[in-house]
Amino acid sequence: MINFQYLRTTTSKSALNLISKDKNSKFLAGGTNLIDLMKRGVTSPEKLIDINHVPLKQIEAVGDQIIIGALASNTAVAEHALIKEKLPLLAMALNAGASAQLRNVATVGGNMMQRTRCGYFYDTEMPCNKRQPGSGCGAIGGFNRMHAIFGTSDQCIAVHPSDMCIALVALDATVVLSNAKGERKVLFKDFHRLPGDTPQLDNNLKADEMIVRLEIPNNNLNKNSYYLKVRDRASYAFALVSVGAALELSDNKIKDVRLAMGGVAHKPWRLTAAENFLKGKEASAENFEQAAKLAMTDAKGFGENNFKLQMAPNSIIEALTVAKSKA
Amino acid sequence: MEKRLIKDENDRVDGIFKVTGKAKYFAEYELPGLTYGVLVTSTITKGRITSLDTRAAEKAPGVISVVSHLNKPSAPAYEQEGGSAMKIFYTDKIFYNGQPIAIVVANTFERATYAASLVKATYTKDAFNTDFEKAVGDAQAKKLQGQPDYKRGIENAYQTAEVKVEEKYHLPIETHNPMELHGIIADWRTNNQVVVYAKTQGVKATQGTIANVFKIPIENIQVNSEFVGGGFGMALRTWPVEIATVMASRQIGKPVKLVLTRMQMFTMVGNRPAAVQTIGLGAKKDGTLTGITHRAFGETSVYENFTEGVVNMAKFMYQCDNVNTQYTVVPVDLGVPIWMRGPGEATGAFALESAIDEMAHALDMDPLEFRIKNDPEKDQQRDKPFSDKNIKEAYRVGAQKIGWSERKNKPGSLVDGQWKMGYGVSIGVFNANRGRASVKGILKADGSLVLQSATSDIGPGTGTGMTLIASRVLKIPAGKIKFELGDSSLPQAPSQGGSATLSTVGSAVNDVCVALKSTVAELAANSNMDATANFADVLKKNNLPSIEVTKQSQAGKERDEYSMYSFSIHFVKVKVHSLTGVVKVDKIVSVGDSGTIVSPKTARSQMVGGAVGGVGMALTEESIIDHRFGRYINNNFADYHVPVNADIPEIEVHFINKPDPYINPMGAKGMGEIALIGFSAAVANAVFNATGKRIRTLPITPDKILAS
Repeated sequence: MINFQYLRTTTSKSALNLISKDKNSKFLAGGTNLIDLMKRGVTSPEKLIDINHVPLKQIEAVGDQIIIGALASNTAVAEHALIKEKLPLLAMALNAGASAQLRNVATVGGNMMQRTRCGYFYDTEMPCNKRQPGSGCGAIGGFNRMHAIFGTSDQCIAVHPSDMCIALVALDATVVLSNAKGERKVLFKDFHRLPGDTPQLDNNLKADEMIVRLEIPNNNLNKNSYYLKVRDRASYAFALVSVGAALELSDNKIKDVRLAMGGVAHKPWRLTAAENFLKGKEASAENFEQAAKLAMTDAKGFGENNFKLQMAPNSIIEALTVAKSKA
Repeated sequence: MEKRLIKDENDRVDGIFKVTGKAKYFAEYELPGLTYGVLVTSTITKGRITSLDTRAAEKAPGVISVVSHLNKPSAPAYEQEGGSAMKIFYTDKIFYNGQPIAIVVANTFERATYAASLVKATYTKDAFNTDFEKAVGDAQAKKLQGQPDYKRGIENAYQTAEVKVEEKYHLPIETHNPMELHGIIADWRTNNQVVVYAKTQGVKATQGTIANVFKIPIENIQVNSEFVGGGFGMALRTWPVEIATVMASRQIGKPVKLVLTRMQMFTMVGNRPAAVQTIGLGAKKDGTLTGITHRAFGETSVYENFTEGVVNMAKFMYQCDNVNTQYTVVPVDLGVPIWMRGPGEATGAFALESAIDEMAHALDMDPLEFRIKNDPEKDQQRDKPFSDKNIKEAYRVGAQKIGWSERKNKPGSLVDGQWKMGYGVSIGVFNANRGRASVKGILKADGSLVLQSATSDIGPGTGTGMTLIASRVLKIPAGKIKFELGDSSLPQAPSQGGSATLSTVGSAVNDVCVALKSTVAELAANSNMDATANFADVLKKNNLPSIEVTKQSQAGKERDEYSMYSFSIHFVKVKVHSLTGVVKVDKIVSVGDSGTIVSPKTARSQMVGGAVGGVGMALTEESIIDHRFGRYINNNFADYHVPVNADIPEIEVHFINKPDPYINPMGAKGMGEIALIGFSAAVANAVFNATGKRIRTLPITPDKILAS
């Protein structure tokens, strides 16, 4: 059998100590993705460091920020009164993800760390540059209905599967990372990577680091926000396209706006150009359409996913319209 | 004493066992010395194995044996030439990607899994094609007649009709995916005695297949399959991997358990075959059908042929003097398909019932009215009257329940914001079968009754139905009756398939109970007891601990005189989102016209299950292959989408519930298939009514709505 060591720790300090000693170690939180990957032979860590008992589950308002511990469960965050009131977009995105059973054990940090659901990545008999650099990309020229239309490379067109991360990138979250020496902060939008020539790297977390918490600035976007997830069935399916939309309206004028998309890129895809266009304008159907058009600049289909070139702008319009219509 | 939670005579007799975990499925049996088999599968699609290196696996901890074509034990049937079934481990040929090439047996499942990863095969590779649609379009590709061509009246009469519709419909591969994974426990004991715990729709069929392959007496084989966690047709045969497990047990002299992985469920235990169909319909302007042409291509494998009843329905379902059909099967380099619920008829009904809707639209007629206008008086194919058919009543009831009067004939008329609403209808039909079965009845002096037959219950509620039949004949409370099944030593019954079990085995139950009743009546008369004396008293008076009767029952000449079918009408209301293309089924009404309803609760569950399967067929289910590699790409439950609760709306089920006067003593006909047949077309028709978009390729996913 492929043996591995299972260690359990109750403090961040000892967790970081353990991970720094062994490059082929992995943290185990909810395990909803990592265990699958181990079963499929995609990854074979020598050590699993169970951090479920490390006290990083806080969900609290501190100053003008909301702090969420990396080990808070997806359910705990989605159900928390503070989140529902101040960050409804995040609650909606979380509830759109996975199934209730998975959300109960999946953590915030684990959600950020989940790997693509590209079928070629999971089948070790298939080519995949992300799993085995240099082996080729099965999805290019293959089954790419679920794949990216933005930020692709000729190495990889996989998408990041998270819903939660779409809300977090829209909400200007900051990720706090820690290693044995101390903490550093990374903007959420810079945490995940585009594939480029290194599709094996999903994000900028270093081998000796762990995610400890998120810091999300307060905002006035909570009244008019909506997470739209378009998928093949109503639950337990990854997004064909998803849109996180949040508006701060003054009368019908857009004071602030956040837009991000899922199911379209190797990382949570923030629609900055569309946001900039909408700021200060009327929240009108015409402007939403213009914004959606702007958001699609540089989009590129790979055959089976060409429908996303239409579904994505349509979904932006729909998400903005629903967000606006909220009382 | 078990506490009953719900006091209802109609309760599923094994319901409490199922929901409390007491029902024991094949994989849960613990035999002394049990070992675990894990399959090694081919990673190429076509060719030959040139070498198989099993040394590392054999040396791995806990491994007992690696069985393959290099060292397989004797299976005499496979040593003979000919025969069509895949001779597992008796060939070095690879017919499809994921074909089992060895089974690793170890003392734990984990060790067997690891050792299986150490087996290394090398191959010579041949060119292959797994793309069914490509093979259909390729003039050079092999094509075989799947069924004799059928012609009534003028061939292709639709072409010259006043109004004509000719369209092509596409179905992908669907995979049964019952919740319970397939597998077997095989225990080859001394003196060639074999005990098997199987997941099978036919214990006698499994017994017969094993006897035949290994050429051992059938009495040597005991097959147990008391509970089955869903089959949908995929457990209607004994698959090569089951034979491989029996071989492994024979070789090592210990019981071996094999449970497939979910991924393996896609490759080695069948699928609903892909199909391409063309329907041509002709009608007069007044809506009279004047021509039906149904041409179908179905997928099959290169190593075994598979055919089903794709074009059956076109021959009799509508009043029409000119009908011709053609059914061709096209081999591709994939595992052989098998019947999946509703089998070929469900495939055919998607095309035919979509086309009927298209014709109604072309005629600017209400599709319900169009169907009623062309409802057949008799079966024109067999030139016989129907034994029982209440379609018009079923249309009326269903239409009222779904709110058909709200429907507008012009597509896109009902709008609520971005949602467009529509209604669809379709018909399902399946042969009302009745086979031959035997049942033994044991009436005991304590007033209880045991019934025995080697049938199966893959979920429809067979035990419940049989219990209720007996209860009504003998006037014994259902709680005092036990129906035993899933054991090959019991009296003969056919496999559970083709919606025939209730009709077939139920008739034998009826006959046994009638016989028991008259035996008791005789005893009562002989002992000067009142004819109304209860059974227990009569037996006690006669000092009999029990009486036993075994009866065989089968259909008679009524099947030559009448055409016997079960029917269903499906009504569906959908809403379709204009911007995202998402289809939501808003309401379902299914009406069953299948004779007497013996067991209302389980019958309703059958119809509900069929509707859920129908939503899957219509909107979500598709097994996707990367044809460059010949491998499935969505072979797991996250990516192969069966509907979830959130996809399923209120389902209303209604039964006509009138006895068929001819089919069997109960007047009851099967319903497993009709619950699904036609359903997908009702959804497609509703989508058209909502949007004006006609989707002729299943499943109807949001991208297809946006693209059309």
